[in-house]
Order: sequence, then C-alpha cells, then structure tokens
Amino acid sequence: MRIYLDHNATTPIDPSVVAAMTNVLGEQFGNASSLHSFGQAAKTIVDDARAEVAGLIGAGPQEIVFTSGGTESDNLAIRGVTEALLPTKRRHLITTSIEHEAVLNTLKALAKRGWSATLLPVDDSGVVDPQTLEAVITDDTALVSVMHANNEIGTIQPLAVLAAIAHRHGALFHTDAVQSIGKLKVDVTDLDVDLLSLSAHKCYGPKGVGALWTRRGSRLIPTMTGGKQERNRRAGTENVPGIAGLGTAARLAFQRTETEADRIAALRNILEAGILHRVSGTLINGDPARRISNTTNISFDRVEAESLLISLDLEGIAVSTGSACSSGTLQPSHVLRAMGHSSHRAQNSIRFSLGTRNTAEEIDRVIDVLPNLVAKLRNTVRASSVLTQQSSLDGR
Amino acid sequence: MRIVAAMSGGVDSSVAAALLHDQGYEVIGLSMQLYDQRDGKSSFGSCCSLDDLQDAKRVAAVLSIPHYIINFERQFDAHVISSFVRDYTAARTPIPCVHCNGELKFTNLLERARGLDADSVATGHYARVTLGEDGHYALRRGLDQNKDQSYFLFTLTQAQLSCACFPLGELRKPEVRAYATARRLPVASKPDSHEICFVPDGDYASFVERRVPEAIHPGPITDTDGRVIGQHDGVHRYTVGQRKGLGLSSSVPLYVVAMDATTRTVTVGPRTAVERTTLTAASINWIAGTPPADRTRVAAQVRHRHAEAPATLHLEGPTAARLEFDVPQPAISPGQAVVFYDGDAVVGGGWID
Repeated sequence: MRIYLDHNATTPIDPSVVAAMTNVLGEQFGNASSLHSFGQAAKTIVDDARAEVAGLIGAGPQEIVFTSGGTESDNLAIRGVTEALLPTKRRHLITTSIEHEAVLNTLKALAKRGWSATLLPVDDSGVVDPQTLEAVITDDTALVSVMHANNEIGTIQPLAVLAAIAHRHGALFHTDAVQSIGKLKVDVTDLDVDLLSLSAHKCYGPKGVGALWTRRGSRLIPTMTGGKQERNRRAGTENVPGIAGLGTAARLAFQRTETEADRIAALRNILEAGILHRVSGTLINGDPARRISNTTNISFDRVEAESLLISLDLEGIAVSTGSACSSGTLQPSHVLRAMGHSSHRAQNSIRFSLGTRNTAEEIDRVIDVLPNLVAKLRNTVRASSVLTQQSSLDGR
Repeated sequence: MRIVAAMSGGVDSSVAAALLHDQGYEVIGLSMQLYDQRDGKSSFGSCCSLDDLQDAKRVAAVLSIPHYIINFERQFDAHVISSFVRDYTAARTPIPCVHCNGELKFTNLLERARGLDADSVATGHYARVTLGEDGHYALRRGLDQNKDQSYFLFTLTQAQLSCACFPLGELRKPEVRAYATARRLPVASKPDSHEICFVPDGDYASFVERRVPEAIHPGPITDTDGRVIGQHDGVHRYTVGQRKGLGLSSSVPLYVVAMDATTRTVTVGPRTAVERTTLTAASINWIAGTPPADRTRVAAQVRHRHAEAPATLHLEGPTAARLEFDVPQPAISPGQAVVFYDGDAVVGGGWID
C-alpha cells in the first residue's frame, strides 16, 4: 500500500478531469483564436472553463486570465501591477516573510530595480498581525501581497482585514490562493482582494495551468508579450486541454469543498492526535485553530526531517519536509524561521498534507509505522557517537 | 539485506550501486549535496555538483532503486572545507578527501544509513575490506594498482570498516567501465574526476583567499642558507616540492623546501634539499585498533601518487610515530597523510607534521 500525504505539493488528477482533458486532447485540437468551427469549439471549451473558475471564486468570467500556473499568476499580478503603476509615485511593495518563493523572489527582483519591498513578520503560529501592516504601509505603497493559506503550515491569513488597510492607503491587494482553493470557500468579494492567483494541480487538476483573477477595471501590463489572447493580458495560444482540466477541477472544487474539507479535517485530526500521542518530543507548527483542513506540520525532536522522509518513503508513505533542501539550499524552512522557531525545530519538521483519496485505514497505518521509524532514527544518532570516537583522535 | 550506496554521479559509485543491486541486495542510493547551489553557478563542478546529483538520479532510475539527495552542506563545510582552508593558511598541504571519507561518508552518511535500517554504506572506492580470523577487519589496497584508493581511507576505525562495502575492490577500471556500458548506465563514458571537487579549476590559492582574505600576506623567499632571494604573496600558495610559479631565476632548478606560517617564509633549494629520510606523523589511526610493535618494518606512502617506500616505524606514543625511510624521499609535505602498508594491507596512517 502506497500512501500519498503530500497534497500541498501536488494532487492526483481527478478521473473526471482526465476525461475532460482526454476529450480535448483527442478531439478538440482547434486554436481558440481561430475563426472557423474548429477554433470556435476550442473557444467554447476555454470560455466554459473560465465560467467554472469564475464561479468557484465568486467572480466574473471576463476577470479571469489563464496562465501556466501559480508562479506565473503571481508574477503577472505583481509585475503587471507594478509596471502599470510606473507613472505614479507608488514604489513600495509589501508582502509577508512566509510567502511562497514565487512572490518572495519576484519582489526581490523588483527590489533590485528601484522598488522598495517590506516583509511583514508573522507571529509564532504564522499569522500576520494587521497592526504590522498598518505600521509600514504608506501612500507610496503600490501593492500588498499576502497568501491566503500557507503551503507549509496551512495557516489562514485574515485577508479581509489586511485588504481593508491596503485599500485605505490606495494600495492594491493580491493574494496567492494556490493552497486554499478546494480546501476553503474562496470568494473574492468576501476576501475584498483585487488580484488572486490559483493553480490547477493543487486541486486535482493538471500541472502547467492556473489562473489570475483581477478585479474588473484594474490595470495590468502583460509580462508575456505577443498575441492578443486573454483580452490582451496573457499572450500565447491557449492551453486548451489544460484549461479544460482546470475548469473541471474548479467545478469539482465548487461541488465538494465543504463536505470534503470536513471529512479530510477529521482524518487529519486523527493523524495528528495519533502522532502526538504515540511519538514523544513532537510539536505542531502553525495555528491549530486557523488553518486549512488537510495540513499538519509536526516537528520531531532529535530527528532530521530529511531522514524521516526517506524512512517513510521506503515504507511507501509520501510526505515532505518543511525545507526544500534537495532543491539546492540548506536553509531550513523560511516559514518556520519567520515564526521564530529555531533552525533545529525547522529541520525536524515534516508536513503531512491529506487529500480526497486518503482513507482511515491509511491514516491508521501511518500512525502504526511512524513511532518505530522515529525511534530507529533517534537511536542511531546516539550510537554514532561511539563510531567516531576513534576517528576524532585526529584533533586537527 | 539493505545497503546504502553513496552515489556521487560518477561511474565508479554508479557501478558499485549496480553491482550490489545485481547481486540481490536491497540498495538505497543516497547522494550528498555538499554545498549551496541556489545561485545555479557551477562553482564546484567535478563531483557532487547539481549535474552530478542528477546523473546519480538517472543511474538510480535505470537500476530501479530508490534514490535520495541528502543535504550535508553544513557537515561538509565543518569537516572538509574549513580544515582545508585552515591547513593551507598554516603552510600545510591538505587532503580533503580523507576527511570526506572518514567524517562524512563513514560517519554522517553511515549514521543516516543505520537510521534507514541499512547495515552498511557502499562506495565506489578501489579498496578492499576483509575480515581476519582474529575477528579484526583489514583495509587493503584495491586490486587495480593504478586506481587504488586505500590511502584516502586510512582513518577508518574497526567499527567503520565493519560497515564499509567496496564493491570495486576486486575490479580494474576497464572492467568497471565495461560493466557500466553493459548495464547501460548513463554515466558509462563520463570522464573521471581528478581535481578536488570543491575547487574544480584547481586554483586552490584563490579559493583560500576567497574564504580568508588575510591569507594574502607577503613574505620572503629564502634559500636554504637563509638569504632572501625573493618575495611571495602568501604561504598558502606553495606546497613542498613545488617547482613552477616561484618567479625566481636560478642556474639550477629550485623547489619549495619548506614553508613557515609564523615567519611567513618560503624556503627554496635544489632538488636534493627537498629529499628527506625521516618524518613524524601525528593523529595516527591504527587499522587494527592498536599500534604494531615498535620498529615494525612497513612500506610507507606519503602522497596518493607516491610509490610506497620501505621504512621503519618508531612509535612515539599511542597515536604518534617517527618514520625512517631506507632511502631519502622527495617532497614530504606537512598536512599530507602518511600511510603504512604491510603487503597490500593498511597498517595505519597519520598526518605528517
């Protein structure tokens, strides 16, 4: 039995999404910009998907721009807005210290080109205090970007409160909602945001497609230049099969989110309680009261998360570590560090993110297997000090 | 039985993993990421670079074995790079590979392996471990004399040797290449790496200067009589026996005879001045766990590429010894290792003072 508990990284594609995409891939090869019947059929598919995505977030279809995914949506939002505001004096950007790299690194890039950027701190459960935004925002602030739910710890931010502050100062408000779509009810009016990024593959859709919602009338300079697709906001022939997949995934999310969230939260709570009960030296990272239904992030004292991930994988259980070590950096999770946790605690943290297909049996098995794996890792750390006694004679 | 294969992405460690897999072991490939690669620059390039890690992953995929990249950046810096830089600035000539083997592969990696329920760590070294009738493990030269790497493994303790697996010990390099080709490993024709992995351009001096700018500090070059005959920019730029790059004109070829970090003096002399008959070694690891008898006759090797030379061991404590060669040996460099052999077995080794 292989158990997948890494849904915040990506999700399995729902069979109905596969069916919709397969139909497009096999039958509907037209270019949505073409005037003939082939093009019209493709255009209909894209427009239907646009309506589904818009419906999911309580928006109008013409406000949706299809992109290649969450990262492009974030780039388009931030770069598109900042460039549109170039004629004004607004040169200040604000985001949080726990954002996804798609936002953080985009702001970093802009900070090298004459923009100033402020990173808001978070408290020890990963929540932004609105007063910290109030303290740094000025009438020169162009854009505030705050993620809806955090990918590592699941904490949900008080977006409506933060957005109200931004708007009082004439700034636009963007949210990366990649991790909340399909897990929470997301309504752009309730959230009071101006731009919102989402991605298909985090909610049972395909990789390589996402969307940016922008409030009607907002100015946005395209980052991708070329043809006039997507109302001049995103050049390039539409990824019709991907968009069809996103549309179907959005419809499913609309239908399922509420009931699924409760079921998954129940499983997550069983998993979390089981681990805390059966494994000593464990701590939850994040805000147990304000987080998305599927995520728990747990630090295991005296265990390198990297090793525990491997141990679990060898047992067929897929999880992830807080930090993306193998992608080329040693930095322990910037999210846990921003929450004020030691690098030690950050390096000991494992993220379990559940999804639609997880069952109670799977969760039971994880709770059964985990204590032994942790014990083994903890024992070897102690044993290895014996191993090195001799070689440490080399006292250079 | 579960074994962890340390996979660098080179042909040797790839074949080591393949051999074990083909012999029926449950092999888990682990590759060590040793330095920050976020900037995407190939500042390191010959071993364990991002490309090499990807090569290891492709090999593991061909073998259908699980493979993981583990981050040892912190440990590599603490155990390998720091001592490398410290040695050069102290006018010594380091061998980082020894530390990487003893302190990373057969300590940190072995610890990870045990946590994963694996009994041993396999590497692509050309060396052999055998269990003697007395219950002690012996470390022996690899069968391929050109590739033997036992010199780099002299710090391994009995406990470490009991968990070490060297599948290439009985093989010659051409056989390893042939196996890689037959097994269709994507690294079958990848060139061997020779340089130190974290200084792929071979410019050790610049590497040291980037880490320790104060290393750039002029000093005198003197002849063996103490007469100043030139100037240099830092003792870290020299190594005993070095001939090139001295910038001196002389009727006879001059070699670096010694460096002194305190007075910042580099002494040069003719070839005969570089030869020495005796050396002292410190921090010796005796493979058997205890020293041999005083005045044991050994064959000693003072560099990786040095042909072993007969010598007598004079013990000066549990982990120190004076070594008397039968005939003078060129370029004995402080900081390098001296490894003592009895036939093809490593008796022990230490650091040259």
